[in-house]
Amino acid sequence: MSTNSIDTIMSGYEVVIGIEVHVQLNTKSKIFCSDSTSFGAGDNENISPISLGMPGTLPTLNKGVLDLAIKTGLALNCHIRAKSFFARKNYFYPDLPKGYQISQYEVPICENGFVEFSVEGQPRKVSITRAHLEEDAGKSTHFPEHTLLNYNRAGIPLLEIVSGPDMKSAKEAAEYCKTIRSIVQYLDVCDGNLEEGSLRCDCNISVKKVGEKKLGTKVELKNLNSFRFIEKALEFEIERQIDLCLSDKKIVQETRLYDPDKNRTYTMRLKEDAQDYRYFIDPDLLPIIVTDDKIKQIQKAIPELPIKKAARFVKELGLSTDEAEILTSDKALADFFEMTSKESGYSKQASNWILGEVLRYTNEHHQTIQQIKVTPKSLSDLIKLIEQKIISTKIAKSVFNEMMDSGNSAASIIDRHGYKQVTDVDELEKLIQKVLDSNSSQVDEYRQGKEKVFGFFVGAVMKLTKGQADPDVVNQLLKEKLSGRKI
Amino acid sequence: MAHEINEDLIRQIAQLAKLTISDEEIANYMPHMKKVLNHFSELETLNTDNIEPLITPVDLKSYLREDRVEKNISTEELLAGAPSSIGQLFQVPPVI
Repeated sequence: MSTNSIDTIMSGYEVVIGIEVHVQLNTKSKIFCSDSTSFGAGDNENISPISLGMPGTLPTLNKGVLDLAIKTGLALNCHIRAKSFFARKNYFYPDLPKGYQISQYEVPICENGFVEFSVEGQPRKVSITRAHLEEDAGKSTHFPEHTLLNYNRAGIPLLEIVSGPDMKSAKEAAEYCKTIRSIVQYLDVCDGNLEEGSLRCDCNISVKKVGEKKLGTKVELKNLNSFRFIEKALEFEIERQIDLCLSDKKIVQETRLYDPDKNRTYTMRLKEDAQDYRYFIDPDLLPIIVTDDKIKQIQKAIPELPIKKAARFVKELGLSTDEAEILTSDKALADFFEMTSKESGYSKQASNWILGEVLRYTNEHHQTIQQIKVTPKSLSDLIKLIEQKIISTKIAKSVFNEMMDSGNSAASIIDRHGYKQVTDVDELEKLIQKVLDSNSSQVDEYRQGKEKVFGFFVGAVMKLTKGQADPDVVNQLLKEKLSGRKI
Repeated sequence: MAHEINEDLIRQIAQLAKLTISDEEIANYMPHMKKVLNHFSELETLNTDNIEPLITPVDLKSYLREDRVEKNISTEELLAGAPSSIGQLFQVPPVI
């Protein structure tokens, strides 16, 4: 089948990738206590006896966290359990004040879902095994003589989304992560910022001989803080593992990190002395109860998700699949496009302008679509002026740049510069005559069959009008005049 | 019984609890641990078929907290309870 072409198969080996995405849910307060979750607060500003795990304190689940977890689960097509539990994952590390992390183990809140996306135009479906709630740990900074601890992150709510081992190439894995990010951003449950760690993707990867049922030894890749690094790290790891297999060497079960400077992965810790987390149900917390009414109510609040939106843009607004995919990869961008399209009445042009000039500008100026001075309304006005032939596309580009820099409207910029396109036939005829009169030798050349000179006349007229002549009208009038009828 | 109490198991339990114990202590703990485990293994004689695991001894519905930020204790007060701190950070012996 053609869908196999994007799967990585090298030297008779195929790749198996499963991914855990930790999504930081954007509530105001922590999962089990009312400490703020604000990013960038002073050291240990967002702590309390509960987040420090003081004896005698008790955790209480944040209602907001539960709602966001259900919302995400539903968007990932998961079954939401009517009753689930918190469990303790026991291990000792100073960034974990209680000596255990509150997580979910046997009975997670969300199970058995899937996400759909496309990789290079081919549809893919990846299963979601589970999505469970847990608390984040604190941050430790290590020095030779001591370790320093900041517990602002301790107790930040996380939803860990665990995929099935369904992905078969680095590219597909990166696309999966991008899809999860765009879904959580559409849902407004997480800002999706990989650099700041509000979305963390850990990849489990193994290789096996094509057709072999048994999975190979898996390696976990951690701390991948961009989609490009995810893809690069996996590509490196695939080659490393296949090379080991081909030279009959053993793949060691371990956690590896990626070094972007050297573009290679390296050992973080071996899993030989696998931790025994001694999970058990946390007696300090009540079961999580989710009613059908609650699910129905949250279901209603789920917006149109990227894959559906992209399909609609193609079907109803006549965009290409590629255009629709880029525009819907970011909700703010999709909203900007949709408003521009609606306001102007020109979908294709709106898409061209946004994917061309708008994204060029935002990339060059390192801005987001929310930060720019041009609004869907002002861009629509510009598009309408082009379609009404009041300005040429060429002039529109300089008008656009000025709009971006100043925030002024297209109309006011055009007025100020006198940019209006010359469509007045009488006026253009006069100008054309002027050009032909002062270039009689070229006129002769043209009439002797050297049609290339035609471009020269167009250029000369455009120059005279400072680029403001309607090129279609100029072409037509020039042809008429040069054919001799009017000269 | 899932585990047989032997030296290795005592060592493993001590390691998980980050405790250093001597051979002498292991010999000492072994009979104690056996006793405790035997005592609890009496529970295994009960028939628990068709009985839901007990999650919480009180039959409470779930209770949720509103997503509201509150701060009742200052960072200074909380740091004051720690054996040592630097600036606003807790200080512990080197981990790596």
